[in-house]
Amino acid sequence: MNPSAAPASYLDDGHTLRSWLFTTDHKRIAILYIGAITFFFFVGGFAAFLIRYNLLSPKGLIGSAETYNRLFSMHGILMVWFFLVPAVPVTLGNFLAPLMLGARDLAFPRLNLLSWYLFMVAGVVALYAVVGGGVDTGWTFYTPLTSFYSKGHVIAAVVAIFIAGFSSIATGLNFIVTIHKLRAPGMTWYRMPVFLWSLYATSVILVLATPVLAMTLLLLAFERIFGIGVFDPKIGGDPLLFQHLFWFYSHPAVYVMILPGFGVISEIIPAFSRKELFGYKFVVWASIAIAVIGFLVWGHHMFVAGTSLFSALVFSLLSYMVAVPSAIKVFNWIGTMHKGYIHFDAPMLYAIGFIGLFTTGGLTGLFLAALAADVHLTQTYFVVAHFHYVMVGGMVSAYFAGIHFWWPKMTGRLYPEMWGRAGAIIIFVGFNLTFFPQFLLGYLGMPRRYFAYPQHFEALNLLSSAGALTLAVGYILPLGYLTWSLFYGERASANPWGATGLEWTTPSPPPTENFAVTPIVTEEPYQYRQAETVNHE
Amino acid sequence: MSDAEAHEFQFGSAERQHEAAISGMWLFLATEALFFGPIFLSWIYARHADPSAFDAGSRHTALMIGLTNTGLLLASSFTYSVGLACIAFGSRRGMVIWLAIAWALGAAFIGLKFGVEWRMDLKEGLFPGPNFAIHGPARSGAQLFFAFYFFGTALHGLHLVVGLGLVAWIIFQAERFTAERHSPVRVVGLYWTFIDIIWLVLFPLIYLIGRAS
Ligand code: HEM
Ligand SMILES: [Cu+2]
Repeated sequence: MNPSAAPASYLDDGHTLRSWLFTTDHKRIAILYIGAITFFFFVGGFAAFLIRYNLLSPKGLIGSAETYNRLFSMHGILMVWFFLVPAVPVTLGNFLAPLMLGARDLAFPRLNLLSWYLFMVAGVVALYAVVGGGVDTGWTFYTPLTSFYSKGHVIAAVVAIFIAGFSSIATGLNFIVTIHKLRAPGMTWYRMPVFLWSLYATSVILVLATPVLAMTLLLLAFERIFGIGVFDPKIGGDPLLFQHLFWFYSHPAVYVMILPGFGVISEIIPAFSRKELFGYKFVVWASIAIAVIGFLVWGHHMFVAGTSLFSALVFSLLSYMVAVPSAIKVFNWIGTMHKGYIHFDAPMLYAIGFIGLFTTGGLTGLFLAALAADVHLTQTYFVVAHFHYVMVGGMVSAYFAGIHFWWPKMTGRLYPEMWGRAGAIIIFVGFNLTFFPQFLLGYLGMPRRYFAYPQHFEALNLLSSAGALTLAVGYILPLGYLTWSLFYGERASANPWGATGLEWTTPSPPPTENFAVTPIVTEEPYQYRQAETVNHE
Repeated sequence: MSDAEAHEFQFGSAERQHEAAISGMWLFLATEALFFGPIFLSWIYARHADPSAFDAGSRHTALMIGLTNTGLLLASSFTYSVGLACIAFGSRRGMVIWLAIAWALGAAFIGLKFGVEWRMDLKEGLFPGPNFAIHGPARSGAQLFFAFYFFGTALHGLHLVVGLGLVAWIIFQAERFTAERHSPVRVVGLYWTFIDIIWLVLFPLIYLIGRAS
């Protein structure tokens, strides 16, 4: 590096394909990941679109239940493991964690690159499984369906998720060690932005829960290959064991799909309210509490699966407890906005949408956690609506919020603000149109995962499919204008939002080494002064 | 860089890099423990459902080989630790010798387990399938036992083979290490010992519990 000239940005540090595919720079790896998960998002989205197309008519429009089963399995598998679980950690997390810490890179840069390759291999195998042969078991792979009856490419799908799991483990491990060991001088734990805390909590879950899933899937493959009864009752196994092991991973994993979103929102709300985050320590410890309690509630997915009444009651109670820290966060965000000087830029619009949609999803989760209500609502569209409110309304909104907020930092370009706002609003409207009717459908008793339905559910299904079309427009829009901005967008200054945080003290886009001089941290996070204004230009 | 000692550019000092390597390995071992967890859990759970069949299966295993192998692994962890102590006192030669012994003991385990014991098991027809040798009411449960047996030992063996590769790598790199700087020796040592701990759970599951009742 030439000390006299301004250091070159990470984007200019080599322009060959090789300089990207063999990079160990966390920022470039983040960009590689953004490319990959955007691709999976749209493939998974296309499957969802076909699902909604089929449900336009009570008899189903795509002709076969078999195809329908494959579509929703493809949708679930791709969206959960190839978009939602990695979404924020591997993109924004990878890009921002070292910048926010005042570090030059993650602790293990080569491991980081390896995790991307594992992810890509997993992705290719998954695509082969769901497109080539098809999988008809749903994303939950319940036994004995999976071990015995299913004819699709279950083994390939399982292998894909197994490999993707190791990619998650590598990422989580890297973040934990980095946050412990690479904080800049003066960056105490309580001076870390909430985004880092939630990344930390997420990583703990990734590291401790994913291996359980990996082994469970291995046992599943093993049972299928050798015809040995671990989970299949016909040959002496126990299907409940599978469900226990699966949800021991998958309930914590749903928090992997939301905690990083909490982190993003906690950065954006103070920045656009020009106020300090209300109750910083509560928000921080709520993340940790979620990570811990999240490990203790898996049984609420099995209330009707034949667990004992006692265990159902305990799991029901614990599930109520896990909602408390989430609620604390919602109160803190609202407290931050209260009497703030709010700017409604696109990231903030997404963030406000997030609060509304996540709260709806969380509250309906409580309906389901109530033992008596769940017996009626389980396996209906109510559950589908519940988890789409938290996962799509929540996490996908948070992902878009974060991508817009840090876009200038990552690319050095501003996106067109009017288009950004329009996209945020279209997505919010489309989302509610798609999924609110599903609460009603579920309440009225429409079961999930069927390709046809009784005539009297038609109107609400039409509404939902119309919403899906709107939502599709909303998601394609950012793809267009963000790409446009890469070439024609205005150049961004180091801190276009006037936000706090070390990532905004270095040029946009940052140099390869992140900081010319290692920063020294002297104050608490979110030191916003009310009167300051956001200078876009 | 002002530091006399070399370290990777993301770390402020060599000491930090050492700490990161050690904590990274500990965390990795935590994931490994949880990775093996479901096998142990399913194994115990399945035995609980059909104890007598599992015991019948267990009595067909070769206790003496199992015992010998346990001894080999424990000894190899011990010799590895001695090697580690040698380099901490600056004796590179001592380290190489003790690590080579540790390596040989680990390799002996692999030879005995897969070259002798597995071959015996296969010859006796203990691999699950239509030709399974145990008949009668215990047949299906004993098959499950042996399915766990082959699966568990294969996975453990795979870890041990990776460990052999790592120990060999340390030995070939011995020139690099000094009394002050030998984090990789320590990191590999953690992994090497961990493989023992996994075996110490597998050992009673395979050989002892079934014989005790
Ligand atoms: C406020 C805390 C939450 C509570 C109390 C809660 C409760 C529940 C319950 C009881 C079920 C089972 C319903 C059934 O199958 O009958 C369920 C399903 C589900 N929840 Fe939540 N939930 C919460 C938050 C979340 C979050 C944050 C996410 C993801 C970001 C999520 C994702 C899911 C998913 C994916 C399912 C369906 C799984 C399947 O395919 O069967 N939940 N939730
Ligand atoms: Cu759950």
